[in-house]
Amino acid sequence: MSRPGFVLEVDERTPALLVHEGEGFRLEKLPLGSRVIYPPESLPGLTDLQARIRHALRHPVGCEPLPELLRPGMKLTIVFDDLSIPLPPMRTPDIRQRVIEEVLELAAAAGVDDVELIAGNALHRRMTPAELKRTVGERVFRSFFPDHLRNHDAEDRANLVEVGTTKHGEVVEINRRAAESDLIVYVNVTLTAMSGGPKSVSVGLASYRSLKHHHNVHTLRHSRSFNDPPNSAMHHSYHRMAGVLDAHMKIFQIETTVNNDTFPSYVSFLNKREWEWTLRDQAAYLAVKRGNEMVPPAKRRRFWHRTVAPYGITSVTAGAPAEVHEITMRHVLRQQLTEVDGPADIGVFGLPYICPYNVNSIMNPILVMSLGLGYFFNLYRGQPIVRPGGVAIYYHPVRNEFHPVHHPSYIDFFEEVLAETTDPVAIETKYEEQFATDPWYVHLYRNSYAYHGVHPLYMWYWGAHALEHLGDVIFVGGDRRTTSLMGFRSASTLDDALEIARDRVGSSPSITYLHAPPLTMADVR
Amino acid sequence: MNLTLEYHRSPVRYLAGRTATGTRLGTRAAGMLAANLSPLRLLNRPDPRPPGPDWGRVRPLLSGICGSDLGLLTGRNSPYLSAVVSMPFTPGHEVVGELLDDLPGLAKGSRVVLDPVLGCAARGVDPPCAGCASGDRQRCDHITAGAVSAGLQTGYCADTGGGWSRMLVAHFSQLHQVPDDLDDPAAVMVEPLACAIHTVRRVEIPENASVLVVGAGTVGLLTVLALRAHTKAGPVYVVARYPHQRERALAAGATEVVSSDRAARALRRATGGFLATPDRGAEYLLGGADVVFECTGGSGLDAALRVARAGGTVVLSGMPNRSADLTPAWFRELHLVGAYATGGRDFPDALALAHAPPLSGYVDAIYPLSRWRDAIGHASAAGRLGTVKVAFAPHRD
Repeated sequence: MSRPGFVLEVDERTPALLVHEGEGFRLEKLPLGSRVIYPPESLPGLTDLQARIRHALRHPVGCEPLPELLRPGMKLTIVFDDLSIPLPPMRTPDIRQRVIEEVLELAAAAGVDDVELIAGNALHRRMTPAELKRTVGERVFRSFFPDHLRNHDAEDRANLVEVGTTKHGEVVEINRRAAESDLIVYVNVTLTAMSGGPKSVSVGLASYRSLKHHHNVHTLRHSRSFNDPPNSAMHHSYHRMAGVLDAHMKIFQIETTVNNDTFPSYVSFLNKREWEWTLRDQAAYLAVKRGNEMVPPAKRRRFWHRTVAPYGITSVTAGAPAEVHEITMRHVLRQQLTEVDGPADIGVFGLPYICPYNVNSIMNPILVMSLGLGYFFNLYRGQPIVRPGGVAIYYHPVRNEFHPVHHPSYIDFFEEVLAETTDPVAIETKYEEQFATDPWYVHLYRNSYAYHGVHPLYMWYWGAHALEHLGDVIFVGGDRRTTSLMGFRSASTLDDALEIARDRVGSSPSITYLHAPPLTMADVR
Repeated sequence: MNLTLEYHRSPVRYLAGRTATGTRLGTRAAGMLAANLSPLRLLNRPDPRPPGPDWGRVRPLLSGICGSDLGLLTGRNSPYLSAVVSMPFTPGHEVVGELLDDLPGLAKGSRVVLDPVLGCAARGVDPPCAGCASGDRQRCDHITAGAVSAGLQTGYCADTGGGWSRMLVAHFSQLHQVPDDLDDPAAVMVEPLACAIHTVRRVEIPENASVLVVGAGTVGLLTVLALRAHTKAGPVYVVARYPHQRERALAAGATEVVSSDRAARALRRATGGFLATPDRGAEYLLGGADVVFECTGGSGLDAALRVARAGGTVVLSGMPNRSADLTPAWFRELHLVGAYATGGRDFPDALALAHAPPLSGYVDAIYPLSRWRDAIGHASAAGRLGTVKVAFAPHRD
């Protein structure tokens, strides 16, 4: 039986607590009285996973079993989540591989010949052949790549189709192959409460024309939080779009959830509560930290990006997307949700080396912003862990470095746009169209491995709610010039950060530290 | 006697300056090195004598330090020009002064600015060469002949003196009367402004054409001003290195100012096109600006060639003193156009434009000749020090 999440109040006996900071971490002594939100202990993974998958496909919720939906001569499209989840990537075989192999066996048994596999990468960069192979497995890759296993191309006008428009005037435009299929099987990994369900097809296979209806400043400012779908304007939009899709096509959704076994055994201390560290854990901490600090940044990055998570799978559910997702959400929250009493003056967050958009890449400053003020800040239900006008303190070096192949438009966005303004609305008004339609960015997105031109703007919008909510943002250990260019402040130590925050929150602020990863979602009452 | 800063022939000092300023550290300390290693000396010489009847004496009130002067002192200028100068000479060709003699159309005591080109008329060569006959005196073929020694301009000729002294001589065809309402600091900018006007007239700039000005020193800023006053160019982008240059460029009419370290990327965003990244060397554009003005004196030429659109034009404004990879000129079929000095109506138009508000404050450092080392050092670091133009006030002690 896994122990539930809990909130620790720091007292004299509390040891220094682990805080992530990019490709490193530190032990930090928080002020007495600080609260620390820990997630529930990692749930046990399912045993006999293959049997569970088979069972889910044959006993779906809200629709017919998959074998009954398959028939000879039909057009079947299997869509799967791209490399942006889970984080870190899971050790192989990936759960998507296991599910896809099972679906393909059923399809073969039913005599379905016309099968295509598409990565639902939306405006993310294309997955490389190696990344595709890692996700779907050697067997599937060899059988389908490159002609029948590919990335979605949101700029291939000939292969996009407008399915319809929601009652709010939102255009639903998705991949033509999927839209014209008799059946879409969507294979998902739901890592956070924002993923999966209505988002899968409506976002993963969409174009900019469609995405701009929910990936905008207004929607994100009214998504409180975007990890709490009932209170997320973004999810309301997803639902409306999913309604249009449901009226036009058949989607068989297979959703999976993972437990909190985020780090492999050689850094297993990262999965544990500090006072439960064994001597071996403490030695491992010292060894890894020392080794980490000795190697150059590029090598350190390579090391961490080779790290894979030994996740256990906590659920496999198949059937109609809405019904499936309800069950999935229960599993996600069971693993991540911890109740907290009220917000604090200061929220503390340690930002790790990885986010959805720098897998096998570089965490550039814009991605740090979106991870901190977007993803981590929004890991709440009810209200943020920081009060309105409060201060968020993040730990990250915020280096001014970019991956030139993966993030070309990020470079221009950082150097040109942020030098002019950091206001999300001003950025959206003046620059979104330019970045979204720039032919060079479009070319690189389609033919190289670049994120779409508009993607850095979306990342900035991701933090729009936090920017509006917070009185100040401070990065401990952050590069001074880089943080300043983004409109934030930097501090060398937590004490310095608290001193800087003093103007906003006084000399005895209440502090809450969201202890993640492993992922923790605060249910703030 | 005439207190003068004289440039004399000294191969040792020339090579020392050229070698020392050729290093990275030397580039940083170019001003100090130029002031101490260049073959420049302050001394008293007899007053220059007018070489002919239509020549008069001019008492410089202000005399600017030009980029080409600094190139001379650091040994960076091309030896190509050594054939068309005569030594020793007194540098200084950006001059506002007082006329000490009566000349045709100009009364003694007039305030005048100097058009430094020494063409056929000044040299008394008759008939004039084709260039001078057509009004393009800057193209004169007789700059080594006639009444005065070889010298492409006043400031490079042994017989005329130059602005960095208390007296020079000039032919009446070189002088333009300064209106009373134009003060000396604005008037000393007339010569470089005329050059800028001449530069933008060297090419046809279609209406709404995109233009890039590489460099935001004196030449770059004045080129922006000239573009706005005398062409119908569309967006004018400026590559600037320092914050004060950014502000001045915008005031002069630039559409957008981009930093020098990311000019190609910024221009790509502004004008469209693709960015190409070669294995070695700087990025370049497949696309880019219609017309590019290189206003750095050579260091920006390579960048200029890399960001001009295919079939576009690159104009060399200012004396180029660096080599550049000409592959883009071939591959992108660029027009490479030179723009030297002034001709036609450039000077009268510059006098009219010199009243423009952005010019005020351009001359913000004035030195006496006795502090010539400080002046040279200041001018060499003008961008870094927030200065546009450094000038001598030769009669100030």
